[in-house]
Amino acid sequence: MTNRTVLFDKHIEAGAKMVDFHGWEMPINYGSQIEEHHAVRQDAGMFDVSHMTIVDVKGADAKRFLQHLLANDVAKLTVAGKALYTGMLNEQGGVIDDLIVYFFNEEFYRLVVNSATREKDLAWLTKQSADYSVEITEQPDWAMIAVQGPNAKSKVATLLNENQLAAVEGMKPFFGVQAGELFIATTGYTGEAGYEIMLAPELAANFWQQLLDAGVKPAGLGARDTLRLEAGMNLYGLDMDETVSPLAANMGWTIAWQPEERDFIGRSALETQKAQGTEQLVGLVMEQKGVLRSGLKVIAEQGEGTITSGTFSPTLGHSIAMARVPAGVNVGDTVQVEMRKKLVEVQVVKAGFVRNGKSVL
Amino acid sequence: MSNIPSDLKYASSHEWVRNEGDGVVTVGITEHAQGLLGDMVFVDLPDVGDEFAAGDDCAVAESVKAASDIYAPVAGEIVAINEELEDAPENVNNDAYGDGWLFKIKMEDASELDELLDAEGYAESIDEE
Repeated sequence: MTNRTVLFDKHIEAGAKMVDFHGWEMPINYGSQIEEHHAVRQDAGMFDVSHMTIVDVKGADAKRFLQHLLANDVAKLTVAGKALYTGMLNEQGGVIDDLIVYFFNEEFYRLVVNSATREKDLAWLTKQSADYSVEITEQPDWAMIAVQGPNAKSKVATLLNENQLAAVEGMKPFFGVQAGELFIATTGYTGEAGYEIMLAPELAANFWQQLLDAGVKPAGLGARDTLRLEAGMNLYGLDMDETVSPLAANMGWTIAWQPEERDFIGRSALETQKAQGTEQLVGLVMEQKGVLRSGLKVIAEQGEGTITSGTFSPTLGHSIAMARVPAGVNVGDTVQVEMRKKLVEVQVVKAGFVRNGKSVL
Repeated sequence: MSNIPSDLKYASSHEWVRNEGDGVVTVGITEHAQGLLGDMVFVDLPDVGDEFAAGDDCAVAESVKAASDIYAPVAGEIVAINEELEDAPENVNNDAYGDGWLFKIKMEDASELDELLDAEGYAESIDEE
């Protein structure tokens, strides 16, 4: 049985082509994923992300528990509503999932984790929390809509009342605020400004319709993938998984090494990996015809690597990819990719190709 | 459910063939095939003068999602290619049977046309997929 989000009927109404996405029937596109991509880069688009898993962590030990559970340190969060991106690691230093944690107070945090990893994440949270005084509550019914693009915030603003407008006024990136019936966060997965909005399921269809009427274009999973890849953002399961260190997945910045006495899960493994050196996740650019795809072999002087995610970049007009390659491969190097039995030369860049509508190459 | 014009012939590998007379046919990919592939980003066409046997791979349609080989539905020599696809590969999505045509072949043996599927046969073949 596949799950459907509360917005299913709205997708069908908008002409969506639905696909099975890890047990969820989700829109892959509403006609053209490239047009949807451009709508987000140039104006405003919206994604139904209600399939994502929202988990509230409450209790006297909430802070202490999350300081042990997560590689980034929730002690950095001191202002209500501030959010943090982090990996949740196993003892071997592999990534169980990547997630966003919102801080409300030291006894109340909210996690947003991937839907494809929901069951193992919940099992891990339950197992690890056994010795802590915390309550772990999934919010399975909530709807979540990401509205992204240069005009996203101004279009959402037309739907908000005075109090809600005041609540989001001047909100910095990576914050969330409960504004009346909406939880509005300045987060996203596209490299554009915008919001991710959580709301009760009975409000979702009407809110979606109001966004449509305000000129926000629905966008599917296809555009979501090309947008996040242009932005250099990892996709769990492709760019990293339980066998991959965050150090080899461009997530080194999410590991809080200080204070040294904080004993988070995976710490000792990561210290060993750091001392020994790891592979690295880089960006690749190919300006000639063709599309780099995940799984293709990368050949460098230092050894072989693999493309973890690859696509055609609608903004740049050529192919881009993320690849895990040996240490010592540098930005600016030329490496080879084996494509359709031919070796093709591609450029190594930092993983991150487009921000706020513009090339960063 | 997709559009399958009755005046064309089809290969089960999703190419359509229009008989232009004088032994020349125009070839493209079907509405159904473009829908499966999604937004087209590159189309790699053969050169005029290239010769192929029926069933040879002779072009590549590359979409955001996947690269797909295109096969010559009949044997012969390429006499024209749709150069506009270089700048507008989306024509294959938007007008699969018109502006999205790929190439024209001068057939070696016009009777090969009879071996292709008609619209009804193609519709059945995609129902079975």
